[in-house]
Amino acid sequence: MAGKGRGVAAFSFNIESLGLTRGSMPETQRGPAPLFPQIEYKPGPLKAGEDEDYMRALKQEMRGRMKDLPFNIKHHAGKGDVERYKEKYTREIKKLEDEDWTPDWNRLPKELKPQKSIKKKKRDLKKSVKISTKDKEEVLNKLDELEKKGDVKSDEEDEVKKEKKEDDEEGEEAEIEGDYDEEFEEDNDYIASYFEDGDDFGGGSDDNMDEATY
Amino acid sequence: MTAQEVRLCGLLLQEHFGDVVENVGTHLIRNGVLTLRALAHETKLALDLVKKSLCVLVQHGMCTFGPGRRGPAGPVEYHINCEHILHMLRYPRYIYTAKSLYGDTGELIVEEILQRGQMTMSSTVKTVADRLTHNMPEGQSMDYNEVVSAFSRLVETHFLQRCPPMASAESSGTGSAETPPAVTQPSNPESHPDCYKLPYISLSGHGKRRRSSEDGEADQRAAKKAKTDSSECGDEGIHWQVNFERFHLHFRDQAIISAVSCKLDQTSGEIVRTMLRMSEVTTSANAAFTQALSANEIFRALPSNYNIARPILDQYLTLLVDDPMEFVGKAGDSGGGMFVVNLHRALANLARATLESVVQERFGSRSARIFRLLLRKRHLEQKQVEDFAMIPAKEAKEMLYTLLSENLVQLQEIPKTPDHAPSRTFYLYAVNQLPTARLLLQHCYKTVGNLIERRLYETKENKRLLEKSQRIEAILASLQATGAEATQLTEVEEMITAPERQQLESLRHHINKLDSGENQVDETIFLLESYINSTQASR
Repeated sequence: MAGKGRGVAAFSFNIESLGLTRGSMPETQRGPAPLFPQIEYKPGPLKAGEDEDYMRALKQEMRGRMKDLPFNIKHHAGKGDVERYKEKYTREIKKLEDEDWTPDWNRLPKELKPQKSIKKKKRDLKKSVKISTKDKEEVLNKLDELEKKGDVKSDEEDEVKKEKKEDDEEGEEAEIEGDYDEEFEEDNDYIASYFEDGDDFGGGSDDNMDEATY
Repeated sequence: MTAQEVRLCGLLLQEHFGDVVENVGTHLIRNGVLTLRALAHETKLALDLVKKSLCVLVQHGMCTFGPGRRGPAGPVEYHINCEHILHMLRYPRYIYTAKSLYGDTGELIVEEILQRGQMTMSSTVKTVADRLTHNMPEGQSMDYNEVVSAFSRLVETHFLQRCPPMASAESSGTGSAETPPAVTQPSNPESHPDCYKLPYISLSGHGKRRRSSEDGEADQRAAKKAKTDSSECGDEGIHWQVNFERFHLHFRDQAIISAVSCKLDQTSGEIVRTMLRMSEVTTSANAAFTQALSANEIFRALPSNYNIARPILDQYLTLLVDDPMEFVGKAGDSGGGMFVVNLHRALANLARATLESVVQERFGSRSARIFRLLLRKRHLEQKQVEDFAMIPAKEAKEMLYTLLSENLVQLQEIPKTPDHAPSRTFYLYAVNQLPTARLLLQHCYKTVGNLIERRLYETKENKRLLEKSQRIEAILASLQATGAEATQLTEVEEMITAPERQQLESLRHHINKLDSGENQVDETIFLLESYINSTQASR
């Protein structure tokens, strides 16, 4: 068909059967579309009103406050070569914040509960002792239940709950003590380095005196 | 989950909980289900940080856990709930709705619970009473009973619900001491019969005014421990969370009422509001229409200040039934006529209006005309599109091809012969509402992600100026507290120069605009999500 010369359509079929005529084809696009093309229609303005302003303020306030709640987890502050003055206070504030939220561990898997490796053995001993005492108490309670009324049962249940909470508090106190011990260790390291410096200084002075004698 | 949803979830977690939780959350989203060890390995974080992050996510209902594929003996596996993460976009709307319905007390209750994920009733009441007391003039304080009654109303209308209890199956056998019991968290709170039952709490007193900052640390710690000791009020272990589904039903009803008010008039809106309120309890969440209501019942339930006479009501109901949007349908003739609100059809029409509006605002009104034509006629050839739309052929082709390249319009080939010869093939253009709605929903997620990223960029670029402004405001506050002179205050204020002040104003304006944009895009997201969920439920 190409040999027929100018004026004949390049297609192998009659394009008019598709409803297309020569003048109705759109122009060909040259090259890829630009990354930010010219917008032919501008977007409409945002709704403005008291409701929208109030919800925006709520959004900003909520976002700001959640950054200060204990649910905002931060990375561990790595110990740099030089300990800055403000980090001391930052650490203290962190401890206060950490005390804020203690989850209800009954509602979470046990593997998520934090544990201190140093205190493991002591706690195990305590727990085993308490378990044995609790077992005895349970046996006694079962015997008492046959004799006493329902009101007494509820009182005993409350006591059991209190004991559990006391156990949790003791755990927390143990954790706090652990933190304090670490602080003391750091102080000891500092004192040791101070003494080492003293020794070096003393050695220097001796050498000087020897030279003076000569 | 699409890439846009993952990105948006990551940004939301980062904003509210920091980088560590965002890292853990994103890995959970991408991998589906992970154990604690696998999660620590993949994120390369310290184990205790991963534990804390998982505690935070579980606390806020964004993460669930259960026994894995190996049964109760295997390790616990964690699964993320992306829907709850995306709800964080909507927190301001939940809080504002609680304020509209239940006043300031209800607002603070919902706000506190949203911030902390789940709370006991007693701690919620105390915290809210303290905050309300802090805002009151000197000498007054908020009584706990008022907060308790507001909390009760929120529970009675199902906006708050109990968190599902832990189903810890105690295993019995020889190795029961060593094998930990299987821990499973049921995901459906409604399956628990006590879901909306209020516990009796022995709580009396008033909210306490917040102490001044001059108190010592020891006092603060003692006060906190005292709070912990005295927190036994009879509802330990019973935690409450916000019922998002109930809020969404309320939003849907509000959308339908406002649509009827815009389409017809205010009185029709009130009639539909009455019908929705009457059927609030009897209609399930996924129903396509409400329970049938007779005209007699509707007439009795109308608010008295509206003074609608019975014949007028009948005329309005006829108008509503005959309207092409089909908000209200007729289900029978007894009792003066039985009527239902067509919830699914209303949502479909609202989604359709949203699609048409998007096409009109992005591609012009003539493209919108072609789009509506295809929505109505369903399948058209190109020649037919040009003729019906009454648009010149060249321009019509260009607009149609643009819509096609944007995937808003689909093309279907129907050959008459097996060889698909173009001269003997029909090319039909069509618009399918559901996939188009899904496409637009993904565009909305991308838009919100872009808005958040832009806001973070603006904040980062102006970080130095913001910090300076905060410091100067702190200095001014402390000076005013100590009673400084006006000259001194002016001197401190001038530490921020005029160009810097202008820059701060401009930055605040930009951030406000971006935040408002996020809130308003979320309304579109909610509408499209409701339509998609309703369509899936009706199949």
